[in-house]
Amino acid sequence: MSIPTDLKYTESHEWIRTEPDGTLTIGITDHAQDALGDLVFIELPTVGRKLNARESCVVLESVKAASDAYAPVAGEVVAVNSPIADAPESLNSAPYEAWLFKMKPAAGDTVEGLLDAAGYAASIGE
Amino acid sequence: MLQNFWRSSPEVFAILPFFLEITVLLHTPLFEAHQRMGAKLVDFGGWEMPLHYGSQIDEHHAVRRHAGMFDVSHMRAVEVEGTGASAFLRHALANNIDKLTTPGRALYSCMLNPAAGVIDDLIVYFLTPTHYRLVVNAGTTAKDLAWLEAIRTEGKFDVKLTPRNDVAMIAVQGPQSRRIVCELFTEVATSIAAMKPFHSMSCGDRFLACTGYTGEDGFEIILPQASAIDFWQQLHAAGVSPCGLGARDTLRLEAGMNLYGQDMTEQTTPLESGLAWTVDLKTERPFVGRQALQAKPPAMHVIGLVLGAPGVLRAHQVIHTAAGDGENTSGSFSPTLNLSIALARIPLGIAIGDMVQAEVRGKQLDCRVVKIPFVRNGKPLI
Repeated sequence: MSIPTDLKYTESHEWIRTEPDGTLTIGITDHAQDALGDLVFIELPTVGRKLNARESCVVLESVKAASDAYAPVAGEVVAVNSPIADAPESLNSAPYEAWLFKMKPAAGDTVEGLLDAAGYAASIGE
Repeated sequence: MLQNFWRSSPEVFAILPFFLEITVLLHTPLFEAHQRMGAKLVDFGGWEMPLHYGSQIDEHHAVRRHAGMFDVSHMRAVEVEGTGASAFLRHALANNIDKLTTPGRALYSCMLNPAAGVIDDLIVYFLTPTHYRLVVNAGTTAKDLAWLEAIRTEGKFDVKLTPRNDVAMIAVQGPQSRRIVCELFTEVATSIAAMKPFHSMSCGDRFLACTGYTGEDGFEIILPQASAIDFWQQLHAAGVSPCGLGARDTLRLEAGMNLYGQDMTEQTTPLESGLAWTVDLKTERPFVGRQALQAKPPAMHVIGLVLGAPGVLRAHQVIHTAAGDGENTSGSFSPTLNLSIALARIPLGIAIGDMVQAEVRGKQLDCRVVKIPFVRNGKPLI
């Protein structure tokens, strides 16, 4: 499974990219899409929603199972990738391009405590 | 600490056999072929079987549009032989084998317990008046054999039951499956080309039946284990896509076919499971479960649901109706219809076209009640 080294990760299988302006872009990992199988439905949060760290904010449904994606840190949703709701299969074909939402971390909250690629690889037994 | 835990915890020993059981998964003769083809493997009733070989949606479309193949060797063929074979099956099955008037004919039936609960669903093939072949589900094989032996003994039927542990089974399904199977069985191609649904024939050491679990034209082929991989590769070379349990489930759901253990169990009767058409009550024939079945008119029935909103229906979601609550017995995404569908068991009184509400992840979503099946021979029916 692909695990890019320039991203941060959570044990709940989100990837996090820190943008130059300090916002975070969040998606699900290759391992997560592989475990879920063919995705058929995605429900994204509303822009402006305030999230606690590890709060469920995205519904992901594959043919075989339903799952959630979680906020990696506390903050506010500043953008959602609406086109993927009509093309959920893009999460299977390009998990690190098909981002779900962007958030602005709450003051004082950072990605420092999240897993790096090696830590995530270890957490999924790779 | 850990040592003490193990020593002082009888529960741990109680669950040990369970762990041992699930770590020793059974493999079909095609297991190595599945591994080579990149199958994602899962535990299915104690068998390590392909879930998919990449994309279950692609596999689903392959069957609806061209041809797909499934390893169904985990299911069990059982020979029923003897002068009492007909009488035995008349007694054991809810459908009536007297409908099988010519050798080769096949029949779908439930096998009931005395309370009319479904022990299993199966297909019975009429080979000769003293020889029938059953094909039963994988997870229920041991239970079925024990049950059949018990009623054989009780009724003193002159019949011998032989589970076939020496064969493989491959289902080839889809609009192109007949052409391809004819090409691989050139010596009997004319017969195969003319074979109607629920007919079968033998060809040397192979047995071909025009049956399936997808709602498409196709065949289920029983063959010696030793030739299974060769035949699988021949089908693959002929353009048949390998398909896993994932596609098998969405195909059978679109086709409105029940899955044993999910859509019907020992706690439900066939009349409450959309299977009234498989129960023969026209003749006076006594069969196991008949008395209970006729003593208790069903309060529930099975209907099809189409979700009108984004989301996915799943098994066990509660369904609210004007006549009371029911639940989904199977639900998934329908790749052919590109929306979510379900089989639901709901109170009588709800008709085709009515609207009901499904509890989906905390929301109540509108669903339309539709006739089953949803899809047949590649065509949407809703």
